[in-house]
Amino acid sequence: MENIEQRVKKIVAEQLGVPETDVKNESSFVNDLGADSLDTVELVMALEEEFECEIPDEEAEKITTVQQAIDYVSGNLSK
Amino acid sequence: MSKRRVVVTGLGHISPVGNDVATGWANLLAGQSGIGQITRFDASDLACTIAGEVKGFDITQYISAKDARRMDVFIHYGIAAALQAIADSGLDDAAGLDKTRVGVNIGSGIGGLPLIEETDGDLRAGGPRKIGPFFIPGSLINLIAGHVTIIKGYQGPSYGIVSACTTGAHSIGDAARMIQYGDADVMVAGGAEGAISRLGIGGFAAMKALSTRNDDPATSSRPWDKGRDGFVMGEGAGVLVLEEYEHAVKRGAKIYAEFAGFGMSSDAHHITAPSAEGPARGVANALRDAGLNADQVDYVNAHGTSTPLGDSNETNALKLAFGDHAKKLAVNSTKSMTGHLLGGAGGVEAVYSILAMHHQKSPPTINIFEQDFESGCDLDYVANVARDMKIDVAISNSFGFGGTNGTLVFKRLA
Repeated sequence: MENIEQRVKKIVAEQLGVPETDVKNESSFVNDLGADSLDTVELVMALEEEFECEIPDEEAEKITTVQQAIDYVSGNLSK
Repeated sequence: MSKRRVVVTGLGHISPVGNDVATGWANLLAGQSGIGQITRFDASDLACTIAGEVKGFDITQYISAKDARRMDVFIHYGIAAALQAIADSGLDDAAGLDKTRVGVNIGSGIGGLPLIEETDGDLRAGGPRKIGPFFIPGSLINLIAGHVTIIKGYQGPSYGIVSACTTGAHSIGDAARMIQYGDADVMVAGGAEGAISRLGIGGFAAMKALSTRNDDPATSSRPWDKGRDGFVMGEGAGVLVLEEYEHAVKRGAKIYAEFAGFGMSSDAHHITAPSAEGPARGVANALRDAGLNADQVDYVNAHGTSTPLGDSNETNALKLAFGDHAKKLAVNSTKSMTGHLLGGAGGVEAVYSILAMHHQKSPPTINIFEQDFESGCDLDYVANVARDMKIDVAISNSFGFGGTNGTLVFKRLA
């Protein structure tokens, strides 16, 4: 089973239409990966789907980089 | 103020008979039906299980997979047909093209019905958090024009007209007026539809409007035939590049035809039942706009949907509008092969009308096994076999629910 980091990067690459190799831990969705405001909403939905969780809007707003997404998922999930 | 002249310099089309203009035209001349069993979803519990689906279409030839995922299929078809038409027109290579003078008007009758249906399912199953952020922009009708202007950088008028099955004709006619009036020098115009979904087919089936000849899809769309039992839903898009005459000449563009006139009318009668006076008035208005007499028209791309009432009504309307000359017209329904593309119909049929004139050839109206003379369908419908013929003036008719009519007139450039 892939670890959380790999799964997050895969989703980010898929949602934002960029090669997985471009998705670094420090990448910002908007500044580095070309996401717009609607992309980031959809990305959070995809993370919720993948990790079967609900990310509250006020938490979602703080997730702006790949590492922040990994940290959020790691810190809030048991699986 | 004299009207500026408008010509057609590009054609694009996605339809059940082909995903480019050349393939579609070849299949029409060969009398090839694009109708089959519905594969898009399980239609087995619906009264109608057949449709003219677009086949083997790959949107990623036109836009990225990421962008494509965020739009319903009617937008895919509209963008693809528009980009084909623009490529055909050579506009991308036009030196010094003033993009503030280029606009887009591509309408749709229904818009993102499949996406609306799917999202409603997500909403009911998972609550409002399951509604995606691209649901609205992915289903809005004017987003075809929106995307095309963004892709190409066109900064003139950007909109889409909605008038049920007259949408495509109205969009083209109105766009031409933008050029005639001086608001734009080039307009990319047409109609698109992608409503083959449970709700779309189920909805029209509930009106008893669709053919239920489920066991023989290829002969289900049979305009003016005695056995016709309703229309068959198609999907796709047809788009023209319309251009001010001098603008086209100056850049050495290939000119398919002159956009000669446009007429509209309302039946003021019933939401779905047709009237002969309304469409006849639309034709007369279009010919007046074109400055042509009825007896100058050679070819009619008819609305011809294969409904019992509609086909005989259109025949009566043509007799009202053309008098004795009606008998001399080639009255052709390409819907016998494509099915009815609803808001896309006026778009693809404008393309076919122009090609008929360009090639001096009428496609056949297929599936006329026994012409319905009894209900007055006694015109020349170009039954079953394509015909070489002189076509100097071609018109395209579209009629929509609500009693809305539109007729486009094209003529050969002298």
